[in-house]
Amino acid sequence: MSLRSKAYVGKTLAEKILSQKSGCDARAGDIVIAQVDLVFAQDTTGPLTISQFQSANFERLANPKKTVIFFDHAAPSPNRELANDHRLMRQFALTTGCLISDVGGGVCHQLVAESLAKPGDVIVGADSHTVTAGALGAFATGMGSSDVAVVFALGKTWFRVPESLKIIVSGELGRGVMAKDLALYLIGTIGADGATYKALEFGGEGLASLKMSDRLTIANMAVEAGAKVGLFPVDRVTREYLNRQKRSEDFRPLSADTNADYERTININLAALEPTVAQPHQVDNIALARELKGTKIDQVFIGTCTNGRLEDIATAAAILKGKKRHPRTRLIIAPASPQVMLDAISASYIRALVEAGAAIMPPGCAACLGLHQGVLAGGESCLSTANRNFKGRMGSPEASIYLGSPATAAATALTGEITDPREVM
Amino acid sequence: MLKGRAFKFGDNISTDHIIPGRFAYLRSNLPELAKHVMEDADPDFAAKVSKGDFIVGGSNFGLGSSREHAPLVIKMAGVSAILAKSVARIFFRNAINLGLPVLICDTDGICDGDELEVDLAGGTVYDKTSGQKFSFSQLPEVMLNILNKGGLVPYIQKYGDFKL
Repeated sequence: MSLRSKAYVGKTLAEKILSQKSGCDARAGDIVIAQVDLVFAQDTTGPLTISQFQSANFERLANPKKTVIFFDHAAPSPNRELANDHRLMRQFALTTGCLISDVGGGVCHQLVAESLAKPGDVIVGADSHTVTAGALGAFATGMGSSDVAVVFALGKTWFRVPESLKIIVSGELGRGVMAKDLALYLIGTIGADGATYKALEFGGEGLASLKMSDRLTIANMAVEAGAKVGLFPVDRVTREYLNRQKRSEDFRPLSADTNADYERTININLAALEPTVAQPHQVDNIALARELKGTKIDQVFIGTCTNGRLEDIATAAAILKGKKRHPRTRLIIAPASPQVMLDAISASYIRALVEAGAAIMPPGCAACLGLHQGVLAGGESCLSTANRNFKGRMGSPEASIYLGSPATAAATALTGEITDPREVM
Repeated sequence: MLKGRAFKFGDNISTDHIIPGRFAYLRSNLPELAKHVMEDADPDFAAKVSKGDFIVGGSNFGLGSSREHAPLVIKMAGVSAILAKSVARIFFRNAINLGLPVLICDTDGICDGDELEVDLAGGTVYDKTSGQKFSFSQLPEVMLNILNKGGLVPYIQKYGDFKL
């Protein structure tokens, strides 16, 4: 009686969603064609998406109201060339009737989380951090412009159903430790290719203590371990978030089967984590913040799809309120969306940060990818709350980028060198 | 049969090594953009590479951004295929979607400057310089069909849909 027909083996979250959207019994390793619920491009991938769409002689979008063009990576446009790209994208949106989020509208992944992603959706974006919406239980993944152009026109694409790694978390994060520290620890543990082609699926009793903002940070960084998606089950935290966003009708419970098949299981005790930093030039090159004490930092950047949410800005404001940034260390802060910006103004976080010497950017990607609003010079070092520290990412290839949590970033802005936030809290 | 020289790189060559974000303003001016191919990994690459040559990476080649401009500028440089021990998934799909072969094989034995011959249909790499022969793993059928049609746009133009 050892026959174990695959019909009796439960499904992972990835297998469940792809089964539903493909109409097949989707199992790891299968190749399926799935319907896509939401598709988008942004201002650095949009122009090539549009030209591929036109090269294929497409004219109409499969679902104009489920297709979005975002202006966030270099918006408002910092130069003529990008202004031309922006114009091309606006014209495309007008012609095809797709949705548009223009200058000041915020970072695509934050807006997808706030307003568009639903549990169980398949979401494809021409941006690698599309994985962020996995926090809401959506199979969300990044693709290139050609793939996205075809999804624009056909409303579907092919997927290889990924094997899943189960990340089981227990306990609660300690004082001064944030979801970013968990993400960096995980990537440091499994490596920058530790989950290539695979799904990361989070579970365990520790999940109850991770707020939606935490989950968005963790799902966002799944791609830094090579993962196709970073999926969270849909639970009470998801329901409360959707209620808060006045989207209670979008809630539907979704979890993996208890007898699903995982390639590997990794246990993480949240209480054992400490403030963690990725050192140049790889995200998996991690160290503890306290081990890097004395590392001088020229610029601190708080924001992005990883850590530009209200909770992140609140954390920074709590550390910097009534104090001044180090005179040699610039502090740049970009709320991820207008909602975040407005809430941060209402709560007086923005006032506290401006008084501490911060430069506040409009909602958008800001300094993250070296296009505007904080480009680094050769020899400079930056502590950023973003997700990538590759050589040349933020400007000069001779610059050094460290990644850390908003708490570590704020503590570092205060002292001018990489600082464990617990020292200043 | 593809023939050319190997340009050897290490592990974890990111899309920022291949074409950094700071050149995003050139993305609608591809001939200018292509002059910066691999610049942060080897500043002289664009000047040295010839039509037909190969990029040989280590593990996790192409990690990072979804920018399809990364395989696009490599293709524009005349590179006939990328060989690597492993490739990040978005880059992998993007390269195939542009008709640029990506071959997964053990690249440790290949040195910078080696003369290579690649038999795409036979699944083998012959390193003429060292005399070694390697085999590479076959692509999934859907990717092979897209590659054989010269990329996703010509594939969709021919079939109008995905064929599994």
